[in-house]
Amino acid sequence: MTADALLEVRNLTKRFAGVCAVDGVSFSVGGGRVHAIIGPNGAGKTTLFNLITGFESPTAGEVCLDGRAVTGLPPHRLAALGVGRTFQTPQICADLTALENVMLGAHLRLRRSPIAAMLRLGGIVQRDHALRDKAAELLRFVGIGSSGDVPGRGMAYGDLKRVEIARALAAEPRLLCLDEPAAGLNPRETHELDELIRRIADSGVTVMLVEHDMRLVMSLSQHIVVLNYGRKIAEGAPDEVERDAEVLSAYLGAHV
Amino acid sequence: MRLRSRRGGLAITGIVLAILPLLLPNAFWYDLATRAAINAVIVIGLNLLIGYAGQISLGHAGFVGIGAYASAMLTGRLGWPPIAAMAAGALATALLALLVARPILRLRGHSLAMATLGLGIILSMIFTNESQWTGGPDGLVVQPFSFLGVEIAGERQWYWLCAALLLVTLWAAGNLVDSPFGRAMRALHTSEPAARAVGVDPAAVKASIFVLSAVGASLMGSLTAHYVGFVTPQVASFLTSVELLTMVVVGGMASLAGSVVGAAVLTVLPQLLSRFEGAETAVFGLVLVVTMIAMPRGLVPTLRERLGW
Amino acid sequence: MPAEFLQFLFSGLTVGATYALAALGFAIVYNASNVINFAQGEFLMLGGMLAVFLLEIGLPAWIALPAAILLVAAVGVAVERLAIRPARGAEVVTLVIITLGVSLVLRGAVQMWRGTATHALPPFSGDAPIMVAGAALAPQSLWVIGVAAAAVALMWWFFERTRWGKAMLASASNRLAARLVGIRIEVVLMLSFALSAALGALGGIIVAPITLTSFDVGIMLGLKGFVAAVLGGLGSGIGAVAGGLLLGVLEAMTAGYVSSSYKDAVPFVVILLLLMFLPRGMFGAQAPERV
Repeated sequence: MTADALLEVRNLTKRFAGVCAVDGVSFSVGGGRVHAIIGPNGAGKTTLFNLITGFESPTAGEVCLDGRAVTGLPPHRLAALGVGRTFQTPQICADLTALENVMLGAHLRLRRSPIAAMLRLGGIVQRDHALRDKAAELLRFVGIGSSGDVPGRGMAYGDLKRVEIARALAAEPRLLCLDEPAAGLNPRETHELDELIRRIADSGVTVMLVEHDMRLVMSLSQHIVVLNYGRKIAEGAPDEVERDAEVLSAYLGAHV
Repeated sequence: MRLRSRRGGLAITGIVLAILPLLLPNAFWYDLATRAAINAVIVIGLNLLIGYAGQISLGHAGFVGIGAYASAMLTGRLGWPPIAAMAAGALATALLALLVARPILRLRGHSLAMATLGLGIILSMIFTNESQWTGGPDGLVVQPFSFLGVEIAGERQWYWLCAALLLVTLWAAGNLVDSPFGRAMRALHTSEPAARAVGVDPAAVKASIFVLSAVGASLMGSLTAHYVGFVTPQVASFLTSVELLTMVVVGGMASLAGSVVGAAVLTVLPQLLSRFEGAETAVFGLVLVVTMIAMPRGLVPTLRERLGW
Repeated sequence: MPAEFLQFLFSGLTVGATYALAALGFAIVYNASNVINFAQGEFLMLGGMLAVFLLEIGLPAWIALPAAILLVAAVGVAVERLAIRPARGAEVVTLVIITLGVSLVLRGAVQMWRGTATHALPPFSGDAPIMVAGAALAPQSLWVIGVAAAAVALMWWFFERTRWGKAMLASASNRLAARLVGIRIEVVLMLSFALSAALGALGGIIVAPITLTSFDVGIMLGLKGFVAAVLGGLGSGIGAVAGGLLLGVLEAMTAGYVSSSYKDAVPFVVILLLLMFLPRGMFGAQAPERV
C-alpha cells in the first residue's frame, strides 16, 4: 500500500456468466500525474474503468479512494468523493445545449431541491448565472468557447468529446477518468487532446486514461498499467513498459 | 429555455387568460375554460414526469381521484374546511407516491407503463367498490369551496382562480426546468450514465418528480371536486388517465406551452364533437391517430419547427 | 369443498384461456414491431360482435364464425397499414397514443353501429352442465379451453415449423439481419397484426356465450391480456399463455374465496407486485444498459 495513493485497486475481479473480464487486478494511482491503462481489445480495460467508477460492481476485490474503501459505491456517490469520468461513446444530453451539459457537471455543488427551484429560493437563480459564466469558461478551456448555445444533438463528434471533458471538469474532480478520449479523433484533434490533458494535469487533477493510441499514451503518461485477458501483465513508466516482453507479445503475437 | 422567452410566454399566457372572459359568450364556455385551465395544471405536472424526465404514467388519474375523494369525504362527512381536506388529500397522495416510487421507477418502458396502469386501476376500483365511504359508482356530492370564510361560487370566480393557478404553475414549472434539479431530470431522460457520472442519484430524482406531479394532480382533483359539485369514480378511471396522457403527447412532450395547448384543445374538442351525436368517441380517436401520425412530436414542437420559432 | 374449488378452477381456466389468446396477440405484435397494441382488446370485442351480427342475418354458424375471424383479421391488417406503418420510428409514447386512438375508433364505430346493448351468442353445444367430480362444468367452457389450446398449438407449429413463422421470429430478434436475408418486413408486420387480430377474435367468439358481448368489453379484456403478456415476459408466447391462464385462475379463486367485487383488480395487483419485486416477468428478460 502506497502512502500517497489517491486511488488503490486491490485484487479487483469481475466475472460475467462464464467470462472473467477482470481478474485479480491490483495497482495504485498516486496524486497529480497522468496514468494510463492499456491493452489489446477485449483486455478488460473499460470493465475495469466501470468497476472503479461505480458503473459495475466487482465480484471480488477492493477499490480505495484516499485509503477509504469505496468498493461497490454507485457512480453518484463516487462523484461526491471527487471522481469524474467520460465515456467511450460520448454521453451528451441531446436536448440540452453544450452550456447546459457542462452546467450539469456542477450538479453536486448546487442547491438541488425542486421546491427551492420552483419558488426561486435561496439564491438559486444567482448561482445559476454564476455557473453559466463558469461553464462558458470551461468550454473555452477545452477549446470550443463559441459553441455554448448549440444543442447536444447538433454537435460534431470531436466537440461532443470536449463537452464531456468540460462537464467532468465542472465537478472539480480530484481524479478524472477518461475512457478512450482519442477514439475517433483525427491527428490534429489528437494533438489538441494531448495539450488539453496536459493543461488539466497541470491544474492539479489526477488523470487516468484508457487508450489505444500508443503515441498519446507514451507522450502523456508517467505511469502505465497493461492488461491482457483481464489480468495485469505489466506496470511502470512508459519506457519500462515499452520494452516488456510480455507486453510486446500481447500486442504483436506470441513470437516476437 | 431562455429566460426571456419564458417571461414572454408567461406574459402572453397571462394576457390571453385576462382577455378571454371578454370573448366568452356564456356560462358554458366559462365552464370549458375553467376545466381547460385545471387540466392544463395537471398536464404540466404530468409533462414534467413524462416529457422532461422521460418516465411514463398510465395511471395518473388515480392521484386526481385521491384528491377529489379526500375533499369530498372530509368536507362532506366530517365537516373539515376545504383547504384542510385538500392538504390531507395531497399528503395521502404524497405518501402513496413515495411508497411506490422507488420500486416502480426502477422499471422502464412497457413495464413502467404497466405498473402505473395497474396502480391507477386499483385506485379507481377502490373508489368504485368502497361505497360505504365513497358512495360507490354514483359518487358523492361535494360541498362548495371556501377559503378563510370566503366562498368561491359562480363561473367567473372559479375561472379567475383557475387561471391564476395556471399562471403560477407555469411560472414554477419554468423555474424548475431551468434549475439544477431540472437539468438533472432532463439528463436522466437522454443520458442516464452522464447524469450518474456527475452525481445525480437517478432513483431520488425520479421519485421526486413522480411525487411532485402526483401531488399536483391530487390538488387539482380536490379543486375539481368542489368546482363540479360532485365526484364519481370516473375521475380516476383508466380512460381519464388516457385523456391526460393524450393531452401531454398531442400538445407536445417537454413543452410547457404544449401542455397548455394540449389541455385546451382536448378539453374543448369533445364538446365540439358532440354535434356528431354518438360518433364522438370514434371521431376523437380518429383525430388522435391522425394528429400523432402527422405531428409525432406534438402540436407545439411541430409548429415551432415549421415556423422556425 | 373440493367441488367448489374445481368449479372455480374450471371457470378460471375458461376465462384464462381468453386472456391467453389476447396475451398471445400482444406478444406476437410486440415481437414483430416492438409496439404494444392497445387496440388488441377491441379485436376480441369485434370478434364477438361480428359473430352475433352474422348469425342474426341468417348465416349458418359454420360460415359466420370463421367469417367473423377473417373479417377481424382484415381489420387488423388495416390497422397496421393505416395507423402503425405511417408512424414507423416514432417514440413509444406516440405509438401508445396511436393504438389507444385506434381502440377508440373501433369501439366508437361499433357503438354507433350497434349501440350499447349486450348481445349473446348461443353456446356451441347446448348449455346442459356436465358434472365432473361434483363440479358443474358448462360445455362451453370445454369449447373455450379446447379451441384455445388448439389455437395455441397451431401458433406453436406456425412459429416453430413453418418458414413464415421462423421468418417472423427472425425479424423480431434482428430486423436488419432479417431484411438482409430477404425477409420482407412489411409482410411480417401485416401478418403479425392479422394473426393477433384473428386470435383475439377467436377468443372473443368462444367466450361470448358465457360472458356476453357488447361494445365496451374490449377495454378490460385488452388490459388484462396486456397484464398476462407482461406477466409472461412480454415477447414470450409460452409466457403469454401461461400468464393468461394463471390470471384467469387467480381471478376466479379471488372471486370465489375472497371478494367478488375486487376480482377485476386481481390482475393489476398481481402485476404491480410482480413488477415491483421481479422486474423481468416470469419468463422474459430485459437487457441491461451497456455503458
